[in-house]
Amino acid sequence: MPLPARPLARAPGGEARLSRQPRSQRSRLRLARRRPRLPLAATMPNSVLWAVDLFGRVYTLSTAGQYWELCKDAQLEFKRVSATTQCCWGIACDNQVYVYVCASDVPIRRREEAYENQRWNPVGGFCEKLLLSDRWLWSDVSGLQHRPLDGVALPSPHWEWESDWYVDENFGGEPTEKGGWTYAIDFPATYTRDKKWNSCVRRRKWIRYRRYKSRDIWAKIPSKDDPKELPDPFNDLSVGGWEIMEEPVGRLSVWAVSLQGRVWYREDVSHSNPEGSSWSLLDTPGEVVQISCGPHDLLWATLWEGQALVREGINRSNPKGSSWSIVEPPGSENGIMHVSVGVSVVWAVTKDRKVWGIGCEDRAVYFRQGVTPSELSGKTWKAIVVARECDRSHSGSSSSLLSAGCFFGDEVRGSGESAPSDTDASSEIERPGPGQPLPAEPLDDSRNPTGSLASGPGAGRTTEDTVEDACPAKSGREARLDTHPGQASTLAELPWTNIDLKEPKKVPSHSAASFPETNSLSSLGILPLGLEEPYGADDHPLWAWVSAGGCAVEACAVPRWFTVQAGLSPSVQTLSLSITPAQTAAWRKQIFQQLTERTKRELENFRHYEQAVEQSVWVKTGALQWWCDWKPHKWLDVRVALEQFTGHDGARDSILFIYYVVHEEKKYIHMFLNEVTALVPVLNETKHSFALYTPERTRQRWPVRLAAATEQDMNDWLALLSLSCCESRKVQGRPSPQAIWSVTCKGDIFVSEPSLDLEAHEHPLPCDQMFWRQMGGHLRVVEANSRGVVWGLGYDHTAWVYTGGYGGGCFQGLASSTSNIYTQSDVKCVHIYENQRWNPVTGYTSRGLPTDRYMWSDASGLQECTKAGTKPPSLQWAWVSDWFVDFSVPGGTDQEGWQYASDFPASYHGSKTMKDFVRRRCWARKCKLVTSGPWLEVAPIALRDVSIIPESPSAEGSGHSIALWAISDKGDVLCRLGVSELNPAGSSWLHVGTDQPFMSISIGACYQVWAVARDGSAFYRGSVYPSQPAGDCWYHIPPPPRQRLKQVSVGQTSVYALDDNGNLWYRQGITPSYPQGSSWEHVSNNVCRVSVGPLDQVWVIASKVQGSHSLSRGTVCHRTGVQPHEPKGQGWDYGIGGGWDHISVRANATRGPRSSSQEQEPSAPPEAYGPICC
Amino acid sequence: MHYPIGLLFDLLASSSALPWNITVHFKSFPEKDLLHCPSKDAIEAHFMSCMKEADALKHKSQVINEMQKKDHKQLWMGLQNDRFDQFWAINRKLMEYPAEENGFRYIPFRIYQTTTERPFIQKLFRPVAADGQLHTLGDLLKEVCPSAVAPEDGEKKNQVMIHGIEPMLETPLQWLSEHLSYPDNFLHISIIPQPTD
Repeated sequence: MPLPARPLARAPGGEARLSRQPRSQRSRLRLARRRPRLPLAATMPNSVLWAVDLFGRVYTLSTAGQYWELCKDAQLEFKRVSATTQCCWGIACDNQVYVYVCASDVPIRRREEAYENQRWNPVGGFCEKLLLSDRWLWSDVSGLQHRPLDGVALPSPHWEWESDWYVDENFGGEPTEKGGWTYAIDFPATYTRDKKWNSCVRRRKWIRYRRYKSRDIWAKIPSKDDPKELPDPFNDLSVGGWEIMEEPVGRLSVWAVSLQGRVWYREDVSHSNPEGSSWSLLDTPGEVVQISCGPHDLLWATLWEGQALVREGINRSNPKGSSWSIVEPPGSENGIMHVSVGVSVVWAVTKDRKVWGIGCEDRAVYFRQGVTPSELSGKTWKAIVVARECDRSHSGSSSSLLSAGCFFGDEVRGSGESAPSDTDASSEIERPGPGQPLPAEPLDDSRNPTGSLASGPGAGRTTEDTVEDACPAKSGREARLDTHPGQASTLAELPWTNIDLKEPKKVPSHSAASFPETNSLSSLGILPLGLEEPYGADDHPLWAWVSAGGCAVEACAVPRWFTVQAGLSPSVQTLSLSITPAQTAAWRKQIFQQLTERTKRELENFRHYEQAVEQSVWVKTGALQWWCDWKPHKWLDVRVALEQFTGHDGARDSILFIYYVVHEEKKYIHMFLNEVTALVPVLNETKHSFALYTPERTRQRWPVRLAAATEQDMNDWLALLSLSCCESRKVQGRPSPQAIWSVTCKGDIFVSEPSLDLEAHEHPLPCDQMFWRQMGGHLRVVEANSRGVVWGLGYDHTAWVYTGGYGGGCFQGLASSTSNIYTQSDVKCVHIYENQRWNPVTGYTSRGLPTDRYMWSDASGLQECTKAGTKPPSLQWAWVSDWFVDFSVPGGTDQEGWQYASDFPASYHGSKTMKDFVRRRCWARKCKLVTSGPWLEVAPIALRDVSIIPESPSAEGSGHSIALWAISDKGDVLCRLGVSELNPAGSSWLHVGTDQPFMSISIGACYQVWAVARDGSAFYRGSVYPSQPAGDCWYHIPPPPRQRLKQVSVGQTSVYALDDNGNLWYRQGITPSYPQGSSWEHVSNNVCRVSVGPLDQVWVIASKVQGSHSLSRGTVCHRTGVQPHEPKGQGWDYGIGGGWDHISVRANATRGPRSSSQEQEPSAPPEAYGPICC
Repeated sequence: MHYPIGLLFDLLASSSALPWNITVHFKSFPEKDLLHCPSKDAIEAHFMSCMKEADALKHKSQVINEMQKKDHKQLWMGLQNDRFDQFWAINRKLMEYPAEENGFRYIPFRIYQTTTERPFIQKLFRPVAADGQLHTLGDLLKEVCPSAVAPEDGEKKNQVMIHGIEPMLETPLQWLSEHLSYPDNFLHISIIPQPTD
C-alpha cells in the first residue's frame, strides 16, 4: 500500500512557506526572461578591469569585451575603487565607503539560528517553564545568549529575509520528526534524537535565511560605529587577501586609510558577508597616506614622511597581521609616494617620479629589483602599451571604429610587434631573480612625469614610459599589463593613479606633480575630434583610477583591448577569414564551386577506368619502447611498424608490429588495429607512453604499453593509430547523441558509440568489446543526454559545454574537426605530506625513527616527495602557485595545518592529545594544464556536480527545454534554464534553496530529482515539472544505517546511491504515488561511481578488478540481468579499465532487439517499470 | 624543367578533350630541354629541393630545417603512395606561421605563360601589404605580370588557372598559398589565353 507523498521538512505554518517558495522562484524566472544574458557572458571566461574616470564615473572593461561599460549603478561619483572578482569596494566623493557586489544567479544567503529550550515537568510534561539556573527559553547554540526569534534583526538594509522561521528537522542526517526536538538529561549535554526515560530537557533548532539583496548597486557601508571612533573620512582603500583562505569562505581583507593617516581594517568581510561587520583601528608608527594589499599576505603602506610600512604576521588565523616594520625609501632624499603590491612583488613611486620594483622572496629579506627603463621601454613595452594620452588623441580619430576606451593607437602597431608574442619575451625579462638585485635605475625621461604606479601579483606588470615621437601627446602615461607565464591564472592587480589638469580637486593621487601643461593641453585639444562616442561626445574617458584586482589576464590569451578592430589590423583580419563568411563568401564560394565542377568534369566520367597503379600497402616505422610482458617488467627498445593496406572494397585495415630482441633472438608481436578497443595516453613526469587495449588485453588487465622519446613523437603515433582504428571501425566525426562518455583519472575524455545489442536482454555485447575513442580536453566529470547536450566539469570545477566538434588536444590535422575546437585549461593540486615525530627533548622534529616513513612523502608514506623534488604530474602541467598548507584535509587540522596520530599508518585528527607521537600536514601546490578540445566554458559559476535529464528518443520533439540540475562548488543547488539542443549551454541559473550544502545530484527521466547533502543523507525534490522546473520542496530521506551517501543516480525509475565505503544501494519501493521509496537495498560493494541510464541500465566504475595479469583500479562495469521486474540485476560484466574515474551512460536510450523476454512484459507489475507520469 | 603534371595539363591541354592522351617516349630523351633524372632518388632530391626552396621563402627555411630526416621521408612517401594523411601530417607544419605574423614571409609562387619564352616568373612577394591589408591574387599579377590582367574595362584575354580552376582575383594570396599549393609547396599559376569559342 503506497503511502501518500508527504513533505518531511515542514515549516511552522508550513503551508505558507511551501507556497511562498515557488512564487519567489516564479518571479526570478520572469526576471531571467526579461533580462536575457549576453551570449558572450555565458560562454567566455572573463573577468573585468574597473576604472574611474576624471568625473568619478566608474567603468568596467571585460577581458572578453572591447568596450568600457558604464557601471550599472551610475548614481555616485567615486574617487577610488578596489576590485576583486566578485565585488568592488570604493570611496565615493561623499567620502563614504561603498561596496558593489556583482549580480549572480546564486544568492548570497546566511543562516540565522535560534534554539528553543524546554524542561520536563511532572505536571504538564515538557513545557516552557525552565529552572532559574537554566538557560534562556530562546537562546543561541551555547545557551548563554538570549535570542528570541523576533529579536533577530537584519544587520543592514541591504539584507532581506528569504522566508519565515522554521524548525530544522534534520539532526545529523537523520530526520527527527516529532517537531525537530532533540533530548538530553540536562542542558549542557549531548542531545539525542529519541526521547528516553531520563530525558529531562529538550531543544529544537529554528532556522531562517537572510539574503543579500543589494547586488549590482553600490551599497553604502553603514557607519553606525561610534562617531568618535571614526572622525575623519577615508582617503584610500585597498582590498586583497583573497588567497589567504581557500574557497568557499571567500574572505577578503579590506584596508582603509583615513585623512588623518590612520589605518582601519574591516572585520569579517567574506563572500557570505560582503559588507563585513565593523571597522577596527590599527596603531601605526606614523601618518599613513596610502595603502595597498595583495591577494596573498602582502600589505604595504606609505607614510607621510616617505617611508614604507610593511605589515608582518598576516596569516590564515590572523588576517590583520601583528606588527609593522618600516622600509626606508630607496633614496634618502626622495621618499616613497605610492606603493602597490602583488603576490610577490612591490612597485613604488618615489617623489622624484622614479619607479621602483621590489620582489619579495621571503618575509625577512626584501630583494630590491630595479626597474630598468631601457629594458622595459625597449623590449617589453612598445607592443602592449596602454597609452592613455594616446588614447585621447587616437580615440578621437578612431573611436568610431574602436568605441571609446580602447587604448591602443596606431603607434603600437607601428612598432612592428604584436601583443601575444611580446608577452612571453617580456615576462622572461621581468621575472624577479632572487639574490640578483638589478641596478636600480630611475626613469630618465624628463618628458614623462610618472606619478602613478601599478603592480600585479607576481605577474601583472605595469610601467610607464613616454610614447614614441609618433604620438602627438608626449605627456602620456602608459601602463602595460600582462601576466607571468608561470602564474597565468593569478589575478593581476593594476591600480593606476593618474593626473588630471582640468579638475585637480578630484584627483586622488598624491602624484600631482609637474605635468607639462602644454603637452596636456595639446592632447586635450585633439579631443574634440572624437566623432562617435557611445557615451556622448563630451565623454572621452580620462581615467583617474584603475583597479585590476578582479581581472585575470592569461598570458596565452591577451584580451583584445590592445588592437584596433578596424580590419586594418591584420591579425583581426586573418581571424575574420575563418569567421565572417560574409566577407569571404564570394571568392571562397567560387573556388569551391569551380573545384566541384572540375572534379565532375575530370573525374566523374572516368570512374570506370581501372587504377593504373594499385598501391595497397604502406608502412610507418619508428623506434619506441615497450613495457615487456615478462618479469622483471621493464622498458625495452623496440622497432614498430604500422602496415596499412586497402582492401578490395576500399576499406582500410592496419596491423601494428612490435619487433623486439630477447636473448639475442629476434621476435615480434602484432596487433590488428580493428581489434584495438582503446588507445590511452599515459603521461607521467618521465615517460611519454600510451596503452593499447584489445578485448583480450582488457580481460587480462594488461594492455600493450609503448613509450615514445618525445611528446611530439607520441602524439604523432597516437593520432595515427587512433585514425587507423577509427578508419577500420568506420567511426568518424561527431559522436552520436546516444554516445557513452567516460573520463580517466588523468582527465582524458573517451567516448564510445553504443551498439544496438549493448543493452539487449539476451546476450548483450560484452563491454570489453566496446571501442573507445578519445576527445580533446581535460575534465573530471562528463554528463550527457540523448538530445546531444553534453556538459563537463574540470578539476577546478569550471563547467564546460560540448560544442559538437571532435579532436583537439593531441589530435591535430585530420583527426580533428576544423571548427568548434577551443582552448581549454584546468587547474589541480598536487599534494605532499610533511611528517614529524615527537621526542621528549625537542618536541616534534623532522627526525623520525629509522623505521619511519620519509619525512616528506606522499599520502601513503611509501614514496619520498620533497618540495623541491616534486614535479607536476606530467610535462603538460606547469606550476602556477607556490607550496601552501592545505587545511581542508579530512579529519581536520590545527592552526598550522598539523594532524596528529599515535603512530604513522593511522587515522589522523586535528588536535594534539597525550597519546600522539607523530603528526603530519598536507602541502598543496596548484598546477595548470592548457589543452584544446570541443568545449566552451559556462561561466561564471563553478560546479561540483551536474545531471541532465535522460530522455528516450521517442520523447524527442517535446519542445520544452532540457532539465539540467547542478551543484555549485559551494554546495548550492542550481537548475539551468533554457537548455536545448540548439543552446546546450542554457541561459541562466535558478537557485534552489537548501538547509545545508549538497554534494551530488541526479534527475531521472520523469523529473525525479534526487540529491545527496553533505551530511550524507539523501533528498528528493517534490513536484518538479517542465512548467515548474525547480519543484517545490525537499523530502529528507535518511541514508542506509551507519552509512554516508556520496553520489546518487536516477534513471527511468531506478534510483541508485553510493556511500563513502563503496557500497552501491538500490532504492526499494518507489512507485508513482510514492516516489521517495521505502528503503535502501544493498547491491554491491567495490564501487566508486555509478551511472543509471534511461533504460534503467546500471553502469559503474569498480574500484578494484583482478585480471589474469594484474589488478586494475577504476574499471568500467555493466550490470547484467537488469530487467523491468529485476531492476537490481544479477552480476557485473567488466569492461575497459585501469584508471577510469567516471562514466555517463545517460544518453544511451538504444534499446536492444527484443526477443523472448517480450512476452513476459505484460505480466510484470506495471508500477515496477512504467514511468512515473508527470 | 620538370613541371607537375597538373600544371602541364592546365598550361598545355586545358581545352583538350578528356581523357588526356599522353604519348610516352622511351628513347631520344630531350637532354637539351629537360634535366635527366637517372634514378628515383634524383626525383626525390628534386622534389625535396623544391620544398626547401618554398620553405626558405615562407619561413627562412626554419621549419624544414627543424624537421627530422624521417619527416622528410614521410613527405616523399606520402606523395609517392598517394597518402594524403601521411603527407599532410608533416606538410601541415610547413603551412603554419607564427600567430603574431599574418602570413608567410614571402609567398612561393611561379607564374607560367605559354606565350613567352621565359619558363616562369618567380619573385619575392609578401602576403601582407605595409598597411596590413592582405594581398590578393590580383595584386600579385598586377605587380609581377601586369600583362596577364585585363584592364578595368578591357576585354578579358587571359585565364588565370590554378589546379584547373580560375580563382577570383580578389582571393587573398595567403589563403591560396595555404590551400591551393602543389605538393612541392609552390603555388603554380598558369596564364593561358582565353578560349575564343
